[in-house]
Amino acid sequence: MPGGSSGGSAALVAAGAVPAALGSETGGSVRQPASLCGVVGIKPTYGRVSRYGLVAFGSSLDQIGVLGRSVHDAARVLSVISGRDPKDSTCEDRDSLRLPNVPESLQGFVIGVPKEYFPQDLDAAVRRACDRAIRLLRELGAAVREVSLPHTAYAVATYYIIAPAEASSNLARYDGARYGPRFNGSEDVRALYRTTRGEGFGPEVRRRVLVGTYVLSSGYYDAYYRKAQQMRALIAQDFRNVFDRGVDLLFTPTTPTPAFKAGEKLNDPVAMYLSDIFTVTANLAGLPAISVPIGRIKGLPIGGQLIGQAFLEDEMLEAAYALERAVPASEEA
Amino acid sequence: MAGAWETVIGLETHVQLRTVSKMFCGCSAAFGAPPNSNVCPVCLGLPGALPVPNEHALQLAVRAALGLGCTVHPRSVFARKNYFYPDLPKGYQISQFEQPLATAGSLSYLSPDRGIAAATIQRLHVEEDAGKSLHDRFPKQTAIDLNRCGVPLIEIVTGPDFRSPHEARTYLLTLKQVLEYAGISDCDMEKGSLRVDANVSVRRVGETMLGTKTELKNINSFAYVEKALTVERDRQIAVLAGGGTLAQQTMLYDSKTNSVRPQRSKEESHDYRYFPDPDLPPLVLTEQFIAEQQTLLPELPAKKRERFVEKYALSVSDAAVLTADRNVADYYEAVVHAGADAKTAANWVMTEVLADAKDHADGLRVAAGALANLIGLVRGGTLSHQAAKRVFAEVAERGGEPRNVAEALGLVQVADTGVLAGWVSDVLGAHTSEVRRYKLGETKLLQFFVGQVMKASRGKADPKLAQRVLEEKLAP
Repeated sequence: MPGGSSGGSAALVAAGAVPAALGSETGGSVRQPASLCGVVGIKPTYGRVSRYGLVAFGSSLDQIGVLGRSVHDAARVLSVISGRDPKDSTCEDRDSLRLPNVPESLQGFVIGVPKEYFPQDLDAAVRRACDRAIRLLRELGAAVREVSLPHTAYAVATYYIIAPAEASSNLARYDGARYGPRFNGSEDVRALYRTTRGEGFGPEVRRRVLVGTYVLSSGYYDAYYRKAQQMRALIAQDFRNVFDRGVDLLFTPTTPTPAFKAGEKLNDPVAMYLSDIFTVTANLAGLPAISVPIGRIKGLPIGGQLIGQAFLEDEMLEAAYALERAVPASEEA
Repeated sequence: MAGAWETVIGLETHVQLRTVSKMFCGCSAAFGAPPNSNVCPVCLGLPGALPVPNEHALQLAVRAALGLGCTVHPRSVFARKNYFYPDLPKGYQISQFEQPLATAGSLSYLSPDRGIAAATIQRLHVEEDAGKSLHDRFPKQTAIDLNRCGVPLIEIVTGPDFRSPHEARTYLLTLKQVLEYAGISDCDMEKGSLRVDANVSVRRVGETMLGTKTELKNINSFAYVEKALTVERDRQIAVLAGGGTLAQQTMLYDSKTNSVRPQRSKEESHDYRYFPDPDLPPLVLTEQFIAEQQTLLPELPAKKRERFVEKYALSVSDAAVLTADRNVADYYEAVVHAGADAKTAANWVMTEVLADAKDHADGLRVAAGALANLIGLVRGGTLSHQAAKRVFAEVAERGGEPRNVAEALGLVQVADTGVLAGWVSDVLGAHTSEVRRYKLGETKLLQFFVGQVMKASRGKADPKLAQRVLEEKLAP
């Protein structure tokens, strides 16, 4: 499986059909398939790229990202699509991203390795690939430090409250009344809504709409949505704390395992959700992140993730350039 | 038992802000355009479209809040109010919930029962309007007009402060006056630019706990506010007096039958699942922005009324009439500034000017300077008051300078004693018995003779001079 939800874009880039492609991310939908397909995937800082025209899923998490065969290709596309847009109130009033030069070394860079992203049961091949990548970063001159992001364990739960809550509201417009297809059953308006939404949405979307509606209901809002927002703030604070202590970037695996087989996880949504475990934090905290290929196991690509500070994509890209160049091509880690 | 019940009413008023464009997009907010013509991807809720707040709407909302003495919060939050309805294409309305724009204001108004009273403004928040569902346009079908979708509104919520339907209505009129004054809204209930819902309950006099309330909706015109509230109040009293209990529910008013009915449970209150709108960052207003709105707020009716009493020595009731409408108040002051006596100007504005304005839609037709000149002509003896009224009507209708118009109409008073003496002789000759009675001591007949001279001169005689000539002629 190429991963998803921008797995189509990732597969096309990997197949060489296109040099680069856009993808959209709410919790890792660009970086995760990039990692599984062996290409580069960038999720910029929230507010770096306008969301105007992007079909909204989780508006506070959604960003347009870029997939490319190299860091440079992906970064070039990002430099074109980034920048202010008066039509998106959440888009920052900043110039478009300027491409950094490929650095000679990573002298002066402090790269944090958060221990929570390397659990005991991390896939052995992923761990090996990451260990080698960390060694390469050191060899490039970066100072690598172990750091802690203590609220990481709550990230997936937090994400799976906030994203469905926003999605349940964003998807309300697909009701058959004004926009989009209308399914039969229009005897009265309630029936129209039921059939259009019941038949128009697939099971995963229906599940998320139900979860989102539930966590926003009066009586449950405080227990779920408000708590999740508080946790989101703590997760963002974890990152700030680390960056405030002199760390420039974080290095983590992008996904806990290499690509899985078709149909393997379909019946277990929770296992599926857990594959987002290393990517959702950047969306929750609004930070830029990039997945770079760092090796292969039995032919399956493995991605390493660099998470940067808000609007400091240029530093993140410099490190990614250097890492990309240092990783031996198509070699088992 | 009459008088044993106390009515408790709170009002939630939705007011359309007087902006050119909608709250979150550039579409026209004008009323009356062909259905579904003032729409775009944003207000149609098309996928991918995003809202951008209208700065003018925010200015007006802040001005309204300041005019109502509210605390304007430097940080407020837009929230989504989620519900499904065909005239709400996004499936949610952008409003404000936990953190509104403004809170804790008050509006003083003249209660018909209690004199000056203050209504507390609990909150004032900004939101967008929904579209309109037209159930009577096509048989068995509902038509949707989305022109109104996204039109900027403020909602103004009072405490449970009103003790009678009449009082609630008086508050509403005062609110309307303030909002019209400050140019915040047209407040036209018929066009839907002001809509009001009421929370109504009753309790025994002396009771401090609030009774079970109902929410009364569908009050579509100022004329029905008091009626609708009275009907609901009476219904509640009848239920309670009969030993029954009230359900907390929404009641709909039907103006045709002057009755209320409970809203069907299907239409009943939803769980709106409010949450902060992730498409809009918190609304942060600088101190400077808020201060600027304060300076742009005109003098409001209550202040102006007090000033008129003080500055122009008018009675409170005259000042109230003159300040009820900002244009009229400004006009009055312009007349005074152009040199007219304040009291005389007040009389003119309250009678001729307002009567003319009432009959003609085109506003105040006689320029303030012209009216001041006209008043000057009366004061100087050139025109009688009666003649001046005719000149006023003529100037209103056809324009022109009052003196020229008066001359053209032949209304300038004759102050030539020779000419006057002729009219006086004619009058005295024609009323010999009255002359006799006058000479026998019935001196109050002098006014009769003055009147006759005015009549003979067809209003042209200067009445004071005529009186003097009469006195001379009638002197023994």
